Amino acid sequence: MNAKRIYSIFVRQFYLVRDNPTRLVVIFFWGILEVVLWGFITRYLNNIVASGPNFVSVFLGAVLLWDFLTRVLQGVTTAFFEDVWSRNFLNIFASPLKVSEYISGLVCVSIVTSLMSILVILVLAVFFFGFSFAAYGVSVFLFLLVLFFFGIALGIFAVGFVLRFGPASEWLIWPIPGLLAPFVGVFYPIATLPHWMQVIAYVLPPSYVFEGARTVLSGGAISNSIAIFSVLLSMLYIFLAYVFFLLVYRKAVRTGLLARYSAENAS
Amino acid sequence: MSPHFVLEVKNLKKVYSGVIAVDGISFSVRPNEIVGLLGPNGAGKTTTINMILGILEPSAGSVHVGGKSVSKERTEALLLTNFAAVYAQVPGNMTVVQNLYIFGLIYGVKNLHARIDELLLDLELVRFKDTKCGVLSSGEQTRVGIAKAMLNSPNLLLLDEPTASLDPSTARTIRKKIKDYVTRGSGGALWTSHNMSEVEDVCDRVLFLSRGKILLEGNPKTLPREHGKENLEELFITVAREPLSLEIG
Repeated sequence: MNAKRIYSIFVRQFYLVRDNPTRLVVIFFWGILEVVLWGFITRYLNNIVASGPNFVSVFLGAVLLWDFLTRVLQGVTTAFFEDVWSRNFLNIFASPLKVSEYISGLVCVSIVTSLMSILVILVLAVFFFGFSFAAYGVSVFLFLLVLFFFGIALGIFAVGFVLRFGPASEWLIWPIPGLLAPFVGVFYPIATLPHWMQVIAYVLPPSYVFEGARTVLSGGAISNSIAIFSVLLSMLYIFLAYVFFLLVYRKAVRTGLLARYSAENAS
Repeated sequence: MSPHFVLEVKNLKKVYSGVIAVDGISFSVRPNEIVGLLGPNGAGKTTTINMILGILEPSAGSVHVGGKSVSKERTEALLLTNFAAVYAQVPGNMTVVQNLYIFGLIYGVKNLHARIDELLLDLELVRFKDTKCGVLSSGEQTRVGIAKAMLNSPNLLLLDEPTASLDPSTARTIRKKIKDYVTRGSGGALWTSHNMSEVEDVCDRVLFLSRGKILLEGNPKTLPREHGKENLEELFITVAREPLSLEIG
C-alpha cells in the first residue's frame, strides 16, 4: 500500500470539511443533540428516583458509546458518498489507487471525524451533566475499540452495498444504527429480548460492550475471554465486510457497473 | 509484451449478456503517435477505453501499457496512464489546485507543487487556481481535466472527446498543446472525437470502429481517398450507415 495515495483520500475530505462549515457542523451536530436530550432525561430520572442506578452513567454513557459507533460508520460512508455525489468514481477507480488504499483512506477519515465528535460531546457531557467515563474504568478502552472496529466493518459493508445497488440505496444506509440498536441492548439487558433477538444480539459485538458496561457500572468485571472474543468478533466483521466489498467491486468491474455508476444499478 | 508500444491491445473482446460490444480488436499506439479511435455511437469506443483504464474487465484478450498488463499489474500500468473525458470531470466542490494536488498524490507525481504551477500556466488556469471547479465554465473545466490528465506526464494519454465543449480558438490551443506533449516526450495518445477536421489535424493514424470491430485503419489524410471518399467526414458517415460496403476480407 502506498501512503501518499491513502493520504490523498484523507486530504480530499479534509479540504471538503475545512472549506464548508456545514460538513464540520454535521460531524458534531447529532451527537450534541443526543447528549443534550439524554442529559436532561437522565438528570430528571436521577431527581425523581432517589435510590437506584446513576442514570447519567447508565443512559448517557450508553448514548455516547452508541453515538461513537454511529460516527465511525458515517465517517467511512460519508467520505465514500462524497465521491458518489460528485461523480468522481471514474477518476478514482481508473487511477493507480488500489481498493485497499481507498478503503484505508476512508478509515483514516473515519478515525479523525469520530475522534473529533466523541471529544466534543464528551466535553459537553462532562461539564453540563457531570458524566464521567471513569465510571467504566479501563474497560472504556475495550468498549471504544470494539465499537470502532464494528463501526468500520459496518462502514465498509455499507460502502459495498451502495456500490452494488446504486446511489439511491444510500437512503438504506443512514438507518443502520437505528436498525441495530434494539438488538444490541444499548439501554436494556439482552435478557429483556425475546429468544430470537438474543440469538442475533450475541453475534453482534456491540452487545458485549453494552452488557459489559452495565456489568462494570453495577460493580462487576468483564471476563478476559469475553473481552478477547468481542475484539476478535469485531475484527472478523471487518474482514467479512472487506471481502464483501472486494466481491462487489470485482463484479462491478466485470459487469461494467463501475464505468456507468451514475446511471444507477446497471446489473 | 513489446516496450516499443505505449499501448498494446490484443484480441480484446467484451460481451454483455450475450451482446458483443467489442469483438476481438487488436491495435497499438507507439511513442510520439496520436491514434484516433473513431466510430458512430455504440461502436465500442468507450467500452474499449474503459477496458484500457481497468474499470471494465475484458471477456477475452489483453491490454498492456508500457509493457505492463492492466489486468495483472493494474497499479503499475495505470501509473503510466491518464485520461480526460467529458463525462469524467474532476469534483466541482474543490478548487482547481486542490483537485490537481489530490490527483497528483494518487499518480505519485514528483515535485508536485512545481508540476501544478507549470500546468496552471500552460493551460491558462492561473487565475482560476483557487476557484471551485463547479463554478468554472465548461471550457475551463475541460482545461482542468486536461491538466489532471497531463499531471503525471503519462506514457499513454487517453482523450475521449477532449475538445467537445471548447470554443474553436481554445480547442485549437488545446490540440496544439497535446500535440506538442506527444511530439516532445516519449508518450502517445489515443484520441476519440466526432470532429473529423480535428482528427485529420491531430491524428497520425485512425482506427474506424463499427459494431465492435476495427473496420478500417490508416492515415487520416489519405484513408478517405483510398476508399473513394472526399474526406474523413464522408468516410465516417459511410462507416456509420453502410459498414458492410467497407468491410475488408
